Amino acid sequence: MATDLAFEANRQPSPMLEWATRHRVALASLFLLVFPLVMPFKALAVMILIYGLYALGFNLLFGYLGLLSFGHSALFGAGAYLCGIAIVHFGWPWYLAIGLGLVAGMVVALVIGALAIRTRGIYFAMVTMALSQCVYYLFYQAVDLTGGENGLRGVNLKFVNIFGFQVDFLDPLSRYYIICSFVIAALWVLSRILASPFGAVIEAVRENEARARASGYDVMLVRLLTFVLSGAFCGLAGALLALHLSTVPIETMHYETSGLAVMMCLLGGMGTFFGPFIGAAVFLLLENLVSVWTSHWQLFVGLAFMVCVLFFPRGIWGTVMERMKA
Amino acid sequence: MMTQAASQDQSVIMRTEGVGKTFGRFVALKDITAEFRHGAITSIIGPNGAGKSTYFNLLSGAFAPSTGKVLFEGRDVTGLAQHKFAHLGIAKSFQITNVFPLLTTHENIRVSLQALVSRFDIFRPRTRLHELDDEAEALLERVGLAGHRHRLAGSLAHGEQRALEVGMALASHPRLLLLDEPTAGMSPEETRTMMDLIVRLAQERTVILVEHKMKLVMGISDRLLVLHHGELLAEGTPDDIRRNDTVKRVYLGQREH
Repeated sequence: MATDLAFEANRQPSPMLEWATRHRVALASLFLLVFPLVMPFKALAVMILIYGLYALGFNLLFGYLGLLSFGHSALFGAGAYLCGIAIVHFGWPWYLAIGLGLVAGMVVALVIGALAIRTRGIYFAMVTMALSQCVYYLFYQAVDLTGGENGLRGVNLKFVNIFGFQVDFLDPLSRYYIICSFVIAALWVLSRILASPFGAVIEAVRENEARARASGYDVMLVRLLTFVLSGAFCGLAGALLALHLSTVPIETMHYETSGLAVMMCLLGGMGTFFGPFIGAAVFLLLENLVSVWTSHWQLFVGLAFMVCVLFFPRGIWGTVMERMKA
Repeated sequence: MMTQAASQDQSVIMRTEGVGKTFGRFVALKDITAEFRHGAITSIIGPNGAGKSTYFNLLSGAFAPSTGKVLFEGRDVTGLAQHKFAHLGIAKSFQITNVFPLLTTHENIRVSLQALVSRFDIFRPRTRLHELDDEAEALLERVGLAGHRHRLAGSLAHGEQRALEVGMALASHPRLLLLDEPTAGMSPEETRTMMDLIVRLAQERTVILVEHKMKLVMGISDRLLVLHHGELLAEGTPDDIRRNDTVKRVYLGQREH
């Protein structure tokens, strides 16, 4: 990273960029409103929203705090399962089920975080991965609640009631906008967090832990809190996934899903606000469009990933932002 | 805290009572009892491997001593978590430059200032704390970096980074400032600027300095502690130390750096 410093020696931001940054959530909302209209299928647009949110939550820990977790599938999966279980087994209303999914993500993050934050680097990655596998087997074994290997089926939601209006959740476009409203709210909250005093602390801890500690910050607590916040976003994304798919496949919790978040983040640009979202969009688009004409779509995603890592180490969005600043 | 301090000797800001530190079977420091006077510049000197940095780390709370006690203003701070030291009024700079490289110089200081005001506020914009911006600006000027507010700390010259670090240490309004070889790796001009800065800062607060180059601190220190092989060899005014035969033998006998 140090080699890039010369280019950024003077970073007086341009007024245009500053304005765009201040209103980034509003601008993103406008984009997301027209997004499904230009997509080949609405379901894909919804998947991009959900995985984008998941990658965004992951990026809070990875890009902003600098901790590489390989256990985020547990947070995502817990959100999906708990939301699904609340609906399937307990008949909860959809909005409470979403809330439960969000909280489940935070709780799992708190447990994994409390055990893992004392480690760093590859050890942190390994500990989070091991713990997420524990969560995976927990859900895998609890067949009565989770459906085990078959996944949780029957998370059916036909209508949602919004302020007295019945909205058809089976209609792809209205489903998109309902899920989109949650994602926009999440974007707004994330933007607030990053612009808050605590957001400054997160970046300070990433930049230099020892210095942050000497300045008077409890680094362990900052890490744990950030992990839990990350869990909230991933849990919410999971809950939305359960509603969208009407089922929770056990693969949601598989460690491959953790790897997916890393890949999306790197593809789009870690530590940038929209990077993970762009990464998720590119990944899912490639997967969906390429798999139409060849079953070896992963080859192309892999190639795109390699090109990105080799030639655009800041990711797609990271590179765009860099060009705009220069 | 004040009442506790009042019962103690007011002229002493920090005390170590028989502190020692071992790493495995290696004894880095043994049984050091010393006092640091309020408002003075005290330098800790000694040849390489004397245990200066270990002692500094015990004073600044980077790690806890294996034996003994550390007292700040009469209060036992032995083994207290590092981040709490800043809140007590003890700040430090590191031997190896330690800034937030990818943040601007202004943000480096601002985030250090923020530690005393707002640590876990996750929802209000940080721009609301605008008094911190002005204070950061003033501190940048204080350490001679006024023109560099938008530069990334990592892109500053070595001497500037060290000055920035001092500015960050000052952000917690410390009553005690601990500096670990503040002029390490600096050019002669940078060294002179830094020494001037330290003398100016010492007018308002107590300074404890770890230094390898004895000549450098002789002129500005009120008191000196000389460490050798992890033990306290001598203590006194610069004149006392100059006259001390044991110090001459183990330290001044070596070639000056």
